[in-house]
Amino acid sequence: MAEQAQGKKAGPKKFALVTRHAPHGTVYALEALEVVLIAATFDQDVSLVFLDDGVYALAKGQKTTGIEVKNFSPTFRALDDYDVNKLYVERESLQARGITADSLLVPVEVLDAKQIGELIAQQDVVLSF
Amino acid sequence: MKIGIMVSAGPYTHQANDSAYLFARAAIAKGHSVERVFFYHDGVNAANRLTEPPQDDRNVTARWSALAAEHKIDLVVCVAAALRRGIKDQILAPGFRISGLGQLIETGMKSDRLVVFGA
Repeated sequence: MAEQAQGKKAGPKKFALVTRHAPHGTVYALEALEVVLIAATFDQDVSLVFLDDGVYALAKGQKTTGIEVKNFSPTFRALDDYDVNKLYVERESLQARGITADSLLVPVEVLDAKQIGELIAQQDVVLSF
Repeated sequence: MKIGIMVSAGPYTHQANDSAYLFARAAIAKGHSVERVFFYHDGVNAANRLTEPPQDDRNVTARWSALAAEHKIDLVVCVAAALRRGIKDQILAPGFRISGLGQLIETGMKSDRLVVFGA
């Protein structure tokens, strides 16, 4: 992996993975998680941002047997093992859906829309799913 | 400026695949470099050389191949997304290759900008 080694010389970049879709119905929330895990193995500075229906990705008690797809939500609890612990959830998105941060699968930092905007502005790479 | 591109929408349904191509062409014309385009989700369908649009329509796959050949652009197709959709080495159009998500992260690390089309 010569290319990989060469990339690392530049030092870590700030990557934000933005999840805007519900965990099921489309593949986007799952794929965002896949990208997070790969970015972490490249030792990048990774943040996860949950907006809009993306906040449902962190809902506790997901059961997917009825729709016959994998329940990937437990993976969020494993992120800490990958040293990924910057999870940000937009306050307005939670409020609009009647969700509180303490009902989510993992500890998150709740930011309002303006703060999310500032966070995004600090990133080198933003991948929105 | 070194520009990386990610395309996550499929050809012929969403304009994003066309927009990514037109953006790449315009960026190169302005003197920027595009070293890699990463195809993800339904975007991987752009790599299928068996696609055959009507004569009076643009050929999304062929024009990616032509742009890649002319400007030495690395067209990378996400392996997991590709295999799910039957995109295999046997049907890859010229200039495309199958590889992993690490190529996307590496593009983000090496580029001045990573521009996302679709999703």
